[in-house]
Formats: sequence, structure tokens, C-alpha cells
Amino acid sequence: MVTVIINGKKYQAEEGRKLLQVALDNGIEIPHLCYHENLSSYGGCRLCLVELAGRKKSSLVTSCTLPVSEGLEVKTDTPQVKKARRLVMEMILPQAPDSLRIRVLARELGVSAVSFPSEGDGCIRCGLCVRACEELVGAGAISFASRGSARTVEPPFAEEPESCIGCGTCVVICPTDCIKMEERDDERKIIRWKRTLKMKSCVRCGRPFLPLAMVDVITRRSTSPPPGERLELCPDCR
Amino acid sequence: MPVERGDSPFVGKLKSAADLEKLKLTILSERDPGKPCITVCMGTGCHAYENEKVFAALEKEIESRGLSKKVELRGTGCHGFCEQGPIVVVFPEEIFYCRVKPEDAAEILSSTISENKVIERLLFKDPLTGRKFTHESEIPFYRYQKRVVFGRNKSIDPKNIDDYIAEGGYQTLAKALVSLTPEEVIREIKRANLRGRGGGGFPAGEKWETTRRAPGEKKYVIVNADEGDPGAYMDRSLLEGNPHLVLEGLILGAYAIRADEGFVYVRQEYPLAVENITLAVKKAEEYGLLGENILGTDFCFKVKIRRGAGAFVSGESSALMSSLEGKVGEPRPKHINTAISGLWGKPSNLNNVETWANVPLIIDRGWEWYSGIGTENNTGTKIFSLVGKVNNTGLIEVPLGTSLRTIIYQIGGGIPGGKKFKAVQTGGPSGGCIPEKFLDMPVDFDSLGELGSMMGSGGMIVMDENSCMVDVARYFMSFLKSESCGKCTSCREGTGLMYDILDRITAGRGSKEDLERLEELAWTTGNTSMCALGKTAANPVLSTLKYFRQEYLAHILDKKCPAGVCKALIRYTIDPEKCTACGRCIRLCPQQAIRGEKDKPAVIDSDRCVRCGICREACRFEAVLVE
Repeated sequence: MVTVIINGKKYQAEEGRKLLQVALDNGIEIPHLCYHENLSSYGGCRLCLVELAGRKKSSLVTSCTLPVSEGLEVKTDTPQVKKARRLVMEMILPQAPDSLRIRVLARELGVSAVSFPSEGDGCIRCGLCVRACEELVGAGAISFASRGSARTVEPPFAEEPESCIGCGTCVVICPTDCIKMEERDDERKIIRWKRTLKMKSCVRCGRPFLPLAMVDVITRRSTSPPPGERLELCPDCR
Repeated sequence: MPVERGDSPFVGKLKSAADLEKLKLTILSERDPGKPCITVCMGTGCHAYENEKVFAALEKEIESRGLSKKVELRGTGCHGFCEQGPIVVVFPEEIFYCRVKPEDAAEILSSTISENKVIERLLFKDPLTGRKFTHESEIPFYRYQKRVVFGRNKSIDPKNIDDYIAEGGYQTLAKALVSLTPEEVIREIKRANLRGRGGGGFPAGEKWETTRRAPGEKKYVIVNADEGDPGAYMDRSLLEGNPHLVLEGLILGAYAIRADEGFVYVRQEYPLAVENITLAVKKAEEYGLLGENILGTDFCFKVKIRRGAGAFVSGESSALMSSLEGKVGEPRPKHINTAISGLWGKPSNLNNVETWANVPLIIDRGWEWYSGIGTENNTGTKIFSLVGKVNNTGLIEVPLGTSLRTIIYQIGGGIPGGKKFKAVQTGGPSGGCIPEKFLDMPVDFDSLGELGSMMGSGGMIVMDENSCMVDVARYFMSFLKSESCGKCTSCREGTGLMYDILDRITAGRGSKEDLERLEELAWTTGNTSMCALGKTAANPVLSTLKYFRQEYLAHILDKKCPAGVCKALIRYTIDPEKCTACGRCIRLCPQQAIRGEKDKPAVIDSDRCVRCGICREACRFEAVLVE
């Protein structure tokens, strides 16, 4: 364990843990969009900036990528930090002007209106979906493509991704809700990736409830105990 | 051209420093220093002027005259004076011919070789004085340079390791392996105060020491040859023209750091550099200068060539390492330095091509010699790519601390056409524009930073009164917005938003509030981005706003482009007093926008005119005006 100083107060933390997580563990709010505790940290959205104390020149770093070490001292709410977060948010908002979560966060950071022309389709390129698909699901069905402002998240060659098992993790984790999923009859569709999958029906009530591709993966990966009725019955009938 | 010419009879690995010395003597004994040698620059600049045809023509002439045994023909590295290519130098007199054509081959042999006569027509003629020069060293472009790193480019064939060995190549490595400990090698580099030539100017010796001391058995050394600044080609020319120098530096570094594996990361768009460094590695392996038990010692080191796909951001050290690992070239947070945890999480020392090329020179001649060049905190020389609105363009090497004025006016020969100097852009796309009042500033890592620009890897673009500084900022921002990797919000969106504003201003739709917006965006991009690309991306905007604010205001308030560049803000007219009704502009206008009758001045129809400027260039009477 090491001691870190956040806003002048001392905290004990496991060495190497990311500062953002240490702050959150101790009830210190730091706004963030591209960080998730179960995924590798990325440092893309730039909202979780904090100021390193004891430097001659002010130095802003993202707390989600900053490993804590003994004596590390940061400030999370200096005028500099607030200015930086507000201006970064001014850049994020036009990318997802319709997202309620982004609008609320923007207001909290002092951004009340979209001040740049908005061409956004809702994706802020935080990469949570990419990392979740790779690191949690193990499918790697989507990734970043292109550079600069042309950067997007896409399946390979922007075609229907065969490795997508339709689990919907990307749908759930997306902070702006720009990845939508719909179910009709025995088909599930992840709209953004143009992925359509057949669903397995519940043996009791007959309602389609799980993409067949997911059943395959679960069966293949499960060792003991076997998945049993979870793959046969829908959540309501279990 | 055959790939490997003039190979020595030697086969097998060198087992000791003495073996290398013996080989050098054998090579020299087979060479007659008095034998005429015609060299042709085989660099990429001269390649564009069809040097291969010149080489082939000379080869044919030598053969048809039965002189194959009496005259040597050699392809060499880049001489730097690229606009004068193809460059041919005749040794031993070192007669310097420029803009040589295949048709000149016969005369070079009949006059210069057979009769020892200089061909006046092929000599360099100074555009300022009209004087002609016979030898390279007399030409003003070269006279004020100090070509310690670049010097051997002109005499050795980069494809022939024996040429390098004959000039004492790899002797420094042999000396170091036998008589210097790794610590002593690092101490020498630290005392010489060699600073990274890739842009940051970080002391190389310190970086080496960090990697050396980092825990772990496996360590890497890396050559960063991912040069990608518009208009810059220093590293390319070094790797093409003298690959063994870079390689020797890398091997010395590996010995000092105790790395057993190295990588050269070079852009795929540099085919000749890839070819020459690949061949150099192969030859060095054959000679036992790379691989197991180098020169019979227990030091083992291998080198692999990796080709980059040409993303500008991959020149950033952590992005380069990601790319080497087979991932997308994207910078990583460097809370832990790459010197400690770099390639595949192992301690990795990365230096740029030019930095590595300096290493053998320092170890060979000592830190005292090296720190005698340049200034106190900026020792040694630096190679710059001097381009733009300057009479002599090309690659130059000067001691650090040389003034911009010396570089632009003495080496560069000033601004062509009697035009007025306006600014010099240094440091590549994320450098800044320096105005005339700072021309006497010394060029070094620290001074350029103070002026809001940077050394970068050594790009230097000279601009005259006809360059619009808002348009220049717009150009560089368009480069940066497409070369940002797109990971950080502030860099991806910031460069794009700054570009939009600059584009609006050059189109005559800017407002005064736009300047405040620009400054705010510049602050955000510079202070909240992760890597050096984002942190410096605002420099083109900030430096032009600082030194050329009036020009921005002219675009915004008066809707005028003082330099006459921004198409939306200019109008072409014809001065009826000067027009002679020759009809040349009428014939050349691609829009048929110019009307005229016999003996009457021509008139431009502004609605049809697309402001291409062809009429202005074509007019012999300066009658076409821009306002």
C-alpha cells in the first residue's frame, strides 16, 4: 500500500492502481466517459484530467491512466482543471448532442449549449465498446478504423461482423447510447454493426431469448458445471 | 545498376579487431587513390532527375572506350544540393558537375577524364553573382556548412560495405568492444551532451543510462526512421546515403545498453532507404559485425528492419513501439518511460536516425572534439532540410547555434526574385513561424522553443512576401487534423475545429470572435492531449497569431489577403497602362475569362476568373495585378 494525496488529503491505495479508481473508491467524483473498472484504461476522452502538484509548470494528466505511487499528489478541482474539462466537454458535446447523459454531464461542467457545428452521430470514440468486445466478450468484432477526425468504430471492412455473437455488451456499455439493438420474431439485430442473428427459443414458453451464436460460445467455453437449463429456458421460465 | 558492386574477395566473418584492420588494408591496397573515379549521386533527389540514366550513360561510355580498368564509376549517397541534381563529381580533383544529363557522359570522359579539362557548362553557377565554381567546397551553399555527419555520403557507395570500411568504418566499434566498457561508452555520450535529433532534444546519454539500469535481461534499441514532416528528408538521406554509419551507431548503443536486439523502423514510402539499410544489415551480418560474438567478443546483437505504413503519428516513440508490436500505431501514456517499459514491456531505447549517426563520430573522436562544435548546451551539428522560397535548397548541416540569417542568406543564398523575406517555419507541421526580427537568433533546441517554434527533426521552410500566414497555418492544421491518431478528444476535435476556423478566415467569413475561439482551442489541444503531436499541434496557430496578427485581422476586418493568396479575397485585374495587348494571357487562361481586342488592353471577367494565377505568371510585362 502507498499513500497518495488528493486535494490535500491522504489516502491509502494499492500501488499501481489507477488514480481515478482510487478517487472513486474514496467517494471523490472525477468525471469520466472512457473508463470502466473492468476494462484496460485508455485515456481517450480527456475528461478525467487532474493536476499534478509540485510541478513548476501546471501539468494536466488523465487520472484513468495514472498509476499511483508513494507520495503522488494531485488536485482534482483547480481552476485549470475545471477550465480544461469544460473546454474538452465543448468538444465532446457536438459529437453526441442527443445523448441525455452527455447533456447532463456537460451542464455540470459548465457547458450549456452546443457551441460548434454538430456533425456527430452520437459516437464520441471513447472505445468502451471496442475494449469490452475484445477484453470481456473475447469476440473482437469491432475496432477503430481510420485516423484523425475520420476515426470511427467499425467491424472489419465495415461489413457484417461474423465474429459478433450478438451479446449486446457494446449496447449496454456505450455511454451515449448510440449502439442500438432490436429484436423482432426470432431475430436480434445490432443496428450499428448491421449484425443480424437468429435466436434460440425457450423450450417451455417458446419465446426467442438468446442468439444461437451466443449459445455456441457459451457451450464451447463452459467447463464445469455445464450451463444446463440456462441455455434451454428464458429468464422468465427458469 | 547492379546491387552489389566492387565486393572484396573477402568471405566469412571477422573474428577480431585485427581482422577488420587487415581487411581495411587489403581493400586499400587494391585501390589506387590516383585512379580517376566518377561518382554519381544515387540519392532520391537526383533520382527524380533521372540519375540512373546518367549512370548508365557513363557506364556505357567507359566500357566503349575500354576504360573499365582505368576509370572507376561509383554511385554515392546524397550530397544535399538536390535542386542541382543529378550531381556528378570527378575524383581525385573533385570537380563538381551539376544538372548533368545522359548526353553529357561522352564529354565528361573525353574532356575531363582523358584531357583533364573542366567542362564549364556543367559547373555550378551562383544565381546571385553569376560566378562559377569548380569544387564543391567553394560553393557558398557548402562553404558555410560543417558536414561531419553527412560528409562521407559523397564518397562512399552505400551499397558497398567495403567503401565504408576503407574510410575507417566499424573501427570505432572495434575499438569500443576491445578497450571501452559499456559504462565508458555511455559516459562519453553524456559528456559530449548529445541531444536527441528527432525533435525533443532529450540528452541521449541519460536515456541510454536509464535503459541500461532498468531491470530485466531483455532490452531493445530502436532506430526511428519514421520521418514524416512535409518537406523534410534528412533521415531518409542518411539512411540511403550512409546506412553503415547509422548501423555502427546502433551497434555501439546496443553494446553500451546491453541490448541484444534492435529494430530499424523505416517508412515503406522510402524504398531506397529500406533497400540500403536492409542490404547494410545483411552485409554486416556476413562480416560478423552483427550476430553472435561480434568481432570475436562475447557481445551478440541482431537487427531487424520493420517497415511502417506511413502514419505521421507513428514517429512518436510509444506509437512506434505499438506499431512494432503489430498493433495500430497509437501513442500510449508514458507515466512509465519507454526507456524502462517500452517494446513488449521491455526497456527500450529509441533514438532518431541522425542521433545514432552521431554516435560513432563521438566515440571515435572523443567528447572534447564534439563539444567544441556548436554551443555550450547545444553541441554538435544538425542537419536541416532547407526548402521553400530560398535560392539554394537542399539538405544542409551546420553547427548548432548558427543563426537563421546565416542559413537563409549565406547558405541558402537569400530569397529569389528580389522578394522580401517574411517568415521561416521550423520544426515540421507542429513547429512555428519565425518572423524577420528573430533572424539573428541562434538555431538550437532552446532558442527555437522560446520563440514558440521548435527544432523538430530539422525541417526549415522559408516563406516570402507572397506567402499568406493564415493560409500557412491552415495548411499545417489540415495536415495535423488528418494525421492525428484520433484517440484524444482534444487533438482529434481540436485540430479539426481549428482547421474549420482557419478555413473560414481564409474564405473571408471569419469574425473577430474566431480569434478568441482559436486561442481557446489551441490552449485545450496543447494542454490536454496525451502525446507530443497533440501537445504541439497548436504551434502553427499560436506562432502566426503572435507574430502575424495583423494579417489575420486584414482577412477578418478588411476582407483582404495582403499576400494575395486566399482566392476568396483577391481579384485579378490588368493594368491598362502596362498591358501591350500581346494576347498571351488570353490564350493561356483556362477559363476563357480574359477578353481583348487588337491593340486594346485585355480585361479580366471577375465572375469567370478562378484566380489560378496562370495569367500573372505568363505576363511578361507585370501587367496582371492582384488586389
